[in-house]
Amino acid sequence: MSSAAPAEVQAAAVDGSLASIARGRWDALKGGDVGFLPVLVGIIAITVFFTAKTNIFFTAVNFSNLIGQMAGTTVIAIGIVFVLLIGEIDLSVGYVSGIASVVVAEFQVAGSSHDYPGLVAIGLAVGVGAAIGLVQGSIIAFLGVPSFVVTLAGLLVAQGMIINLLGTQGVIGIQDKQVNDVANYVLTKNTGWIVAAVFTGGLAIATLGAYLSRRRAGLPTGNVALAVLRVVFYGGLAFGAVAVCNHYRGVPLVGLILLFIVVLFSYLAGRTIFGRHVYAVGGNAEAARRAGINVKLIRILCFVISGSCAAMGGVIFASRLNSVDLTFGGGTILLDAISAAVIGGVSLFGGRGKVVGALFGGLIIGMISNGTDLVGSADWIKYVTTGLILLAAVTLDTVARRRQAAAGR
Amino acid sequence: MAAPTATRTATLEIQGLRKSFGSVEALRGVDFDVRDGEVMALVGDNGAGKSTLIKCVAGIYSIDSGEILFDGKKVSIHGPKDAAKLGIEVVYQDLALCDNLDVVQNMYLGREEHDPLYRLREAPMEQRTTETLKSLAVTTIRSVRQPVATLSGGQRQSVAVARAVMWNNRVVFLDEPTAALGVAQTRQVLDLVKRLAEQGIAVVLVSHNLIDVFEVATRITVLRLGRNVGVYERDKTSEQEIVQAITSGTPAAEASP
Repeated sequence: MSSAAPAEVQAAAVDGSLASIARGRWDALKGGDVGFLPVLVGIIAITVFFTAKTNIFFTAVNFSNLIGQMAGTTVIAIGIVFVLLIGEIDLSVGYVSGIASVVVAEFQVAGSSHDYPGLVAIGLAVGVGAAIGLVQGSIIAFLGVPSFVVTLAGLLVAQGMIINLLGTQGVIGIQDKQVNDVANYVLTKNTGWIVAAVFTGGLAIATLGAYLSRRRAGLPTGNVALAVLRVVFYGGLAFGAVAVCNHYRGVPLVGLILLFIVVLFSYLAGRTIFGRHVYAVGGNAEAARRAGINVKLIRILCFVISGSCAAMGGVIFASRLNSVDLTFGGGTILLDAISAAVIGGVSLFGGRGKVVGALFGGLIIGMISNGTDLVGSADWIKYVTTGLILLAAVTLDTVARRRQAAAGR
Repeated sequence: MAAPTATRTATLEIQGLRKSFGSVEALRGVDFDVRDGEVMALVGDNGAGKSTLIKCVAGIYSIDSGEILFDGKKVSIHGPKDAAKLGIEVVYQDLALCDNLDVVQNMYLGREEHDPLYRLREAPMEQRTTETLKSLAVTTIRSVRQPVATLSGGQRQSVAVARAVMWNNRVVFLDEPTAALGVAQTRQVLDLVKRLAEQGIAVVLVSHNLIDVFEVATRITVLRLGRNVGVYERDKTSEQEIVQAITSGTPAAEASP
């Protein structure tokens, strides 16, 4: 569904003129590489639909709410992306996020023997998530047990542990300010603008750096106007989002955290050796092994990332409700997170997709959930709609894969 | 590569190589050698042990017994990285390319250039890929940034061979490089094989196609059921003799010098 790995300049975009780039994109489209087109169409369609249904949907207040609602699921989905990229699955992320919620709540209980500062409690929670990922990943990588089964077992164990940990009380309240700030703190309006400026500036510098290094190496630099347009587009989105949030109370801190995690893991996947090897393992594990890549290590690390992201999502959920109870980790968290990654164009067959897709997919899932709640539709409509969109996304991925296979050879 | 065209000592020499998989003996004491600047063909029927031999040298399989000598010195190969360090590169029959990655990414697979922060240095990698393809006269690939999935069979083979050459390797194994190709593409790849030898590389060509073998090989090693049948000079043998060696296993003593 999305373009292959981080190669952004595709196919025939050799001479850099807009016409040839357009032709290259068109060729890629016909070859089954649809990029983020369906996702963008989906986001616009959902926005138009709910805006027509209710005048609360397209407001600053609701936009701020939406960020809070989608953040946890989206962070978990980002971890899922890495597992899907190597062609595996992690079914445990829902209840691992629940475990992290319990851990972060437990380690800030005032007056107990383990009343740590909020940030330490958060660190411990993420550490526990990473450790669970390490154990599951090691079993999968070293013993070769299918990830579906290992993480299904992990799901059950984690669910049991949550019931055990919460025990008779069944609920832990969170008083710690640092923990509660994660999902509830709002940046001052000026800080919001600074964030947008730093993001846009960083993107511009990265784009310029790539351009200069290509020119120094005497390589085709692509179309400059298009590169500028890309910076303007994403910068505009950032400033637009800040403007809308500032219209209400300001940018939620959790929005900034989400942005940071998206940028960090996009960078990890697209610009580092580790990321390249993740795509290689997902594309052809045997080829990766023969090329001297430590396939087992890559597999384990992807599950560590998945566990850590699930834990971060759990911290966000706990912070959002200022308490943890027995419902944590359950419900639709797991399926929403996997759906977000898949809707965002990450292939279930491994090797194709981008981290930022999880953000788009999380946005779509969040918008449907948010919109149906606002309109007051019954829950069944929410589930059916999400299900149909997921089916459409996977169908698109499967067809894209077939067409790409037909285009080569 | 400024290596002499033919040295006395073999670049790579294998003595008495044995390898079993459970009760199946794939290699039962095989000797093999190849020198700089020559194309050594490795032929034999299915199950003769050609692929096993390659994988032992490449470090994919560990060897049960026997010795591997590189430039006359005994070496031990415990993994693909050891083989790569020595300058032994294998182009597998299934090419070992990642379809989802582009040409540059495949050429540098497992050996990516990076800065101290482990960030990829894309520009130099792309530049060198382009240069390598040009030096091998591979001109049909439109963009080195297109995914390998979009390439034709000949182009994919060219990428795989170019990857082997780019790393200044001393010994390159080509496993059935022309098996899935059409006439024109076979031509391209055979020319590529000759160019490798001209650059001073020791080339080992594994092939079922004796026409290809006789066109590019200097010497021919025949294996049968995990044993040596013999080593034949291309100029002093015939296709008939090789076919007989492959199928019935003519004693090595009669043919080898």
